[in-house]
Amino acid sequence: MKCFATTDKEHRAYCLSGHPTLPCNVLKFKSTTIMLDCGLDMTSTLNFLPLPLVQSPRLSSLPGWSLKDGNAFLDKELKECSGHVFVDSVPEFCLPETELIDLSTVDVILISNYHCMMALPYITEHTGFTGTVYATEPTVQIGRLLMEELVNFIERVPKAQSASLWKNKDIQRLLPSPLKDAVEVSTWRRCYTMQEVNSALSKIQLVGYSQKIELFGAVQVTPLSSGYALGSSNWIIQSHYEKVSYVSGSSLLTTHPQPMDQASLKNSDVLILTGLTQIPTANPDGMVGEFCSNLALTVRNGGNVLVPCYPSGVIYDLLECLYQYIDSAGLSSIPFYFISPVANSSLEFSQIFAEWLCHNKQTKVYLPEPPFPHAELIQTNKLKHYPSIHGDFSNDFRQPCVVFTGHPSLRFGDVVHFMELWGKSSLNTVIFTEPDFSYLEALAPYQPLAMKCIYCPIDTRLNFIQVSKLLKEVQPLHVVCPEQYTQPPPAQSHRMDLMVDCQPPAMSYRRAEVLALPFKRRYEKIEIMPELADSLVPMEIKPGISLATVSAVLHTKDNKHVLQPPPRPAQPTGGKKRKRASDDIPDCKVLKPLLSGSIPVDQFVQTLEKHGFSDIKVEDTAKGHIVLLQEAETLIQIEEDSTHIICDDDEVLRVRLRDLVLKFLQKF
Amino acid sequence: MDPECARLLPALCAVLADPRQPVADDTCLEKLLDWFKAVTDAGSSLLLLQENPCLVELLFHVRKPQDLSSRILSFALRLAGTFAAQEDCFQYLQGDPSLFVASAAGQLLVHILDLAMRGPAEGRGPAEGRGRLQARDWPACARRIVCHLEDCLCSEAAPRVTQALHVLTTAFGHCHGLWTQGLWVQLSPLVARLLEKDPVPAPHALVELLLSVARSSVLSSDPGLWETVAQTLSHLSPMQAGPLAAGILKLQDCPQALRIQAFGVLLRPLACVLEAAAQAPGTPGLLEGAAGDQMAVDTLPPSKSVCVGLLCSTLAHLELLQPLPQRPSPWPQAPLLAAAVTILRFCNGSAAPSSELGGHLCAMLVGCVRVQRAALDFLGVLSQGLGPRELVTQVFAVLLEYLVSPDSSPTVLKKAFQATLRWLLGSAVPPSCCDLEPHAQLVLRELLAVLQKRLCSPCWEVRDSGLEFLTQMTRHWGGQATFRQALLASEVPKLASQLLQDPESYVRASAVAAAGQLSSRGLHAAPSSPEHPAGPQKTPLEELLLVLTTDSEGFPRRAAMRVFTEWLRDGHVAVAEDRERFVARVLQAASGDLDWEVRVQGLELALVFLQQLLGACGPGAAPPCALAQALRALCRVQLFEFAFRSLFDCDRPVAQKSCDLLLFLRAKAAPSGSPQEAGESPDVAPVEAALRRWRAGEQGQPLGELAPEAILAVLRSLDLEALRDTLAESSDHVERSPQSLLQDMLATVGVLGDNEADCY
Repeated sequence: MKCFATTDKEHRAYCLSGHPTLPCNVLKFKSTTIMLDCGLDMTSTLNFLPLPLVQSPRLSSLPGWSLKDGNAFLDKELKECSGHVFVDSVPEFCLPETELIDLSTVDVILISNYHCMMALPYITEHTGFTGTVYATEPTVQIGRLLMEELVNFIERVPKAQSASLWKNKDIQRLLPSPLKDAVEVSTWRRCYTMQEVNSALSKIQLVGYSQKIELFGAVQVTPLSSGYALGSSNWIIQSHYEKVSYVSGSSLLTTHPQPMDQASLKNSDVLILTGLTQIPTANPDGMVGEFCSNLALTVRNGGNVLVPCYPSGVIYDLLECLYQYIDSAGLSSIPFYFISPVANSSLEFSQIFAEWLCHNKQTKVYLPEPPFPHAELIQTNKLKHYPSIHGDFSNDFRQPCVVFTGHPSLRFGDVVHFMELWGKSSLNTVIFTEPDFSYLEALAPYQPLAMKCIYCPIDTRLNFIQVSKLLKEVQPLHVVCPEQYTQPPPAQSHRMDLMVDCQPPAMSYRRAEVLALPFKRRYEKIEIMPELADSLVPMEIKPGISLATVSAVLHTKDNKHVLQPPPRPAQPTGGKKRKRASDDIPDCKVLKPLLSGSIPVDQFVQTLEKHGFSDIKVEDTAKGHIVLLQEAETLIQIEEDSTHIICDDDEVLRVRLRDLVLKFLQKF
Repeated sequence: MDPECARLLPALCAVLADPRQPVADDTCLEKLLDWFKAVTDAGSSLLLLQENPCLVELLFHVRKPQDLSSRILSFALRLAGTFAAQEDCFQYLQGDPSLFVASAAGQLLVHILDLAMRGPAEGRGPAEGRGRLQARDWPACARRIVCHLEDCLCSEAAPRVTQALHVLTTAFGHCHGLWTQGLWVQLSPLVARLLEKDPVPAPHALVELLLSVARSSVLSSDPGLWETVAQTLSHLSPMQAGPLAAGILKLQDCPQALRIQAFGVLLRPLACVLEAAAQAPGTPGLLEGAAGDQMAVDTLPPSKSVCVGLLCSTLAHLELLQPLPQRPSPWPQAPLLAAAVTILRFCNGSAAPSSELGGHLCAMLVGCVRVQRAALDFLGVLSQGLGPRELVTQVFAVLLEYLVSPDSSPTVLKKAFQATLRWLLGSAVPPSCCDLEPHAQLVLRELLAVLQKRLCSPCWEVRDSGLEFLTQMTRHWGGQATFRQALLASEVPKLASQLLQDPESYVRASAVAAAGQLSSRGLHAAPSSPEHPAGPQKTPLEELLLVLTTDSEGFPRRAAMRVFTEWLRDGHVAVAEDRERFVARVLQAASGDLDWEVRVQGLELALVFLQQLLGACGPGAAPPCALAQALRALCRVQLFEFAFRSLFDCDRPVAQKSCDLLLFLRAKAAPSGSPQEAGESPDVAPVEAALRRWRAGEQGQPLGELAPEAILAVLRSLDLEALRDTLAESSDHVERSPQSLLQDMLATVGVLGDNEADCY
């Protein structure tokens, strides 16, 4: 076996998303190109007007916006609402960077959780991508639900108009905030179709936790449980001598998913850290308490509670908390409604992924009991679910009640209807639990609002204290993370505890940046063919260490390196035929033996004296010694890795001295 | 020593001396020692040893090097110390790694030293310089001990220094003979020399020693002592010096300069916190001439756990110091308040420090529950001193932040509620008036909003502390108009009433207390929930009676009984309507309760009732007609059946309470032969028969209708005093006799032996 150095150029990270919790990075590792997540930044939709499910006189009669000089050429695209200017068009999403790297060269996409795959159809359907996507089954199934809900929300309120004038850079400059400051507007795209979703999802290959997946023989990738959501994973990407850990959306709290696998992250050369909590100052337990208290207070006063949420994830935990809470709070007769086109599937899916659940919930399955108590809530009619506000819901609807519905951006979905319906009464409360959107911005088109607004963001992902413990535990050589994590949040610049603190300091990245990843180990594993190995004659140079010289041909295919015996030298044919290229073999010269060991100067001097040399002087140099034979006008320069005999054209003397030197060295 | 014990003693000594027969646990050895102490205190120990040679044998036996367990060794040493025998077996023992042995050896050394020195010193006349023996005049054994201690103090090995310091601490703490002066004079230079080492060895033991010396009336007059203490204060780290500083400040008498220095040491961490939070340089701090950041860097440790420990202990020291009469004066109330508020702000992340140190401090303290609790306790204590208006505003603001924050842990929240209550109490103007000052009235509205939310918390501890807070507030301000208006305008009374149905029994108990208090003040809510919007409304009395009769847990039922007793005592409206009926209903429920505390409370309520019936008659016997009237009322509420049955209750406190009740009644009855009774002798046979059955454990039989005369006759025939004395003896008085202890120890060894035999 022999080892080769590789070069740094091979390991690069291309950062395609600026959103730390909706990452999209491409890793060039060894000879593979791996995309890590493809999150879709939906905060762009906050700049658009809500899509009302039921005709809203208020939203349909908004005045158009005109420039200060009265120029009204944008009045079709931009509308004034509640003192803000919004784009009146189908909402658009901010895509990951597509220009930084040719995405058709991406070999595989690794998905870590269902929130981080929402841009998948844009990547797989529009960039020439031909590779494979890897994700766990719950990730795919729940991801599909999220996409389906999104498409449904947007497609069921058809809007012919698409606004593009305002995106012109020269025009955008003239707009009021926040439109003026919106970034990457040229990359904003309309939502994909269900057909594109299906096509994208068909490219996914399902994987299980700790399953080892070989990529082109060069790299192995493995998903690990990350504890954040059903089927959520962190990924290990490793070759024989390098290991990169990709940590995205992880949680150490005891919620419904399987606990996080930390041990497997140890010994990483690089740990890429994304998806930390978006609200590092809010403790999820406290927020759940706040949620319950405010819910109870509102309902007791005869008000309704609106909870804008995603159809999967924290809602399971919230329903579980409420299950335990409603009886004690005397709320057993209050109806809970869950409205989403995928509500039914989401509630049912959660019950069938037993193997992906935390231990407590897994054991319930063997009793047998449904792992989540929302089954009982449904059975006892306390929780009812509907695909939309139309149909059965309007018959069953009873107030006061609690409604869980999407979308948390308040720009589309059934939530828009409830905001319009309940916003005018101070008895009602809207409780924000999803941390992805600024609640004040989400509320902007609904102002003035009489209903109470409570912000209880529940984000179970790692906070900075947990990160610091995790890093101490797994001790990666280098940490790479979004730049937002390397400084305190702008609004709390004194909170030095709200940043990643590690040694050496984390390397940070931002959107559209390319990072060279630092690797210390630079080796490749090479196999030796058995017949070649047989021919080796190892020599022990130190106890336990043997060396042998190898002459072989290095054969490299599919990133596997094999040493094969050299072809026998071609027999001289006598004729003067032209050599063919294939006959070109390496010259097999007669090999000189290799030398090892060191020369002890004192003993060497004694030996010289024994052999009749006198007047010997030894000088120490920076690198070793110089032995001066003054009489013979000869100089022997002994250094760690070389020995030179410098004499004046006296070949006999040189050979004599050389032999004396060689006596001290081992040959093989 | 009684003969039975003397008979058992030789066998026990044999067991103790035998390393093959392990003694089960330390506690029986401790009990044995206690007993020997009691025996020697009562009589001559010399006689004891003469009569029980086995004890001397045991002590001699222990001196031989062998495999005895350290606990037996320690026991024997302490026994020897008790007998004040054996003078020379300590040196090799004192270094024993076992803490028990080392401590026992240390105590023995002190005993010996005391014995050796007391004799010659006290024997001298005044002319000979009583007490101040020269070292050369000390008895040989004392010289050896002192020499040993000197060696230890000069040793490089920290454990030896620690041991010597411990021995000296014990000596100066327990012995107050004049000879201790001589010892201190001899050894204090060596102690002072410890300060020259870096780091100072055994700092905690050193602090203990110095405090022990400073507290000794014999030694505290030594000016050298105060100099050493002052040096120690400046040499030790803030964490090590804190206990010394706090100890000095608690002394009744010590030089003023030293007190100032000690207070400075104690205040320093807080001064640094203030400095770190200061927005502008030159903000008035806690300490004059505080040298800014550098001092802070020197004082506040960079490690989180050490820094947290330092702040917690500093706050705790100051909290203990605040109420003491000898606390430093002037007391820097305002800067201390500012410091407590600042720490709380660092802990919840709302402080905005400008310096790097401040940022570091913030990162260490944010979310730290320990510091939050300590600072809230301290802040609560500071409410006794008030402060400048703007600071008081800040205090209420930070307390509200903690009460509102969803991140406050339940324990922190409880402390925040407690501190808020103290500050509200302190804010009453003028001090005698119970009305809240305008500022506190503003706070009150916000408090009620918080309370409303906290009463709906899914965390039961939070609901519980919320209810306790409500009860306290109502107790203090229930009669005050602003409070009443604010409370009645809020949802709080309704929520509190709903919590009577809480799934957690502690919360139900607190809800009962709150309901009792609210109802007393006429502030209770008509119960209605979304589920029962228009159900028939119960009165608070009915609600609490329901708790008493149906709640499955003891805590809420006990709480209900306490409320009822208070209501009866205070003449609550619902009670006053028909007092007899009320008492009858409550006693009926309480008498059958399985929880003994509920039954005790029932008897307490009965006693209050009795006092109300007869207490108006003044001390001594009641007039016959009042007595007869009272007895009839007591019969109607069936108090006697409950009281007589309780005399034989298997739970002693119930029986004791009943005894007290009946003794009170008997004292109120005319001594004997009152004219009413003289003619006829009531038939007491059925009552006495019932009592006998109850005493025998048969509980089923009811007493039936009782005539007041029969009750009086039974009361006189019962030996209640004897019963009371029997009950006063602890229930385990038989088990706690020395004889039982010796038997148990021998039996345990026997059992151990049996087990060995059974093993195969």
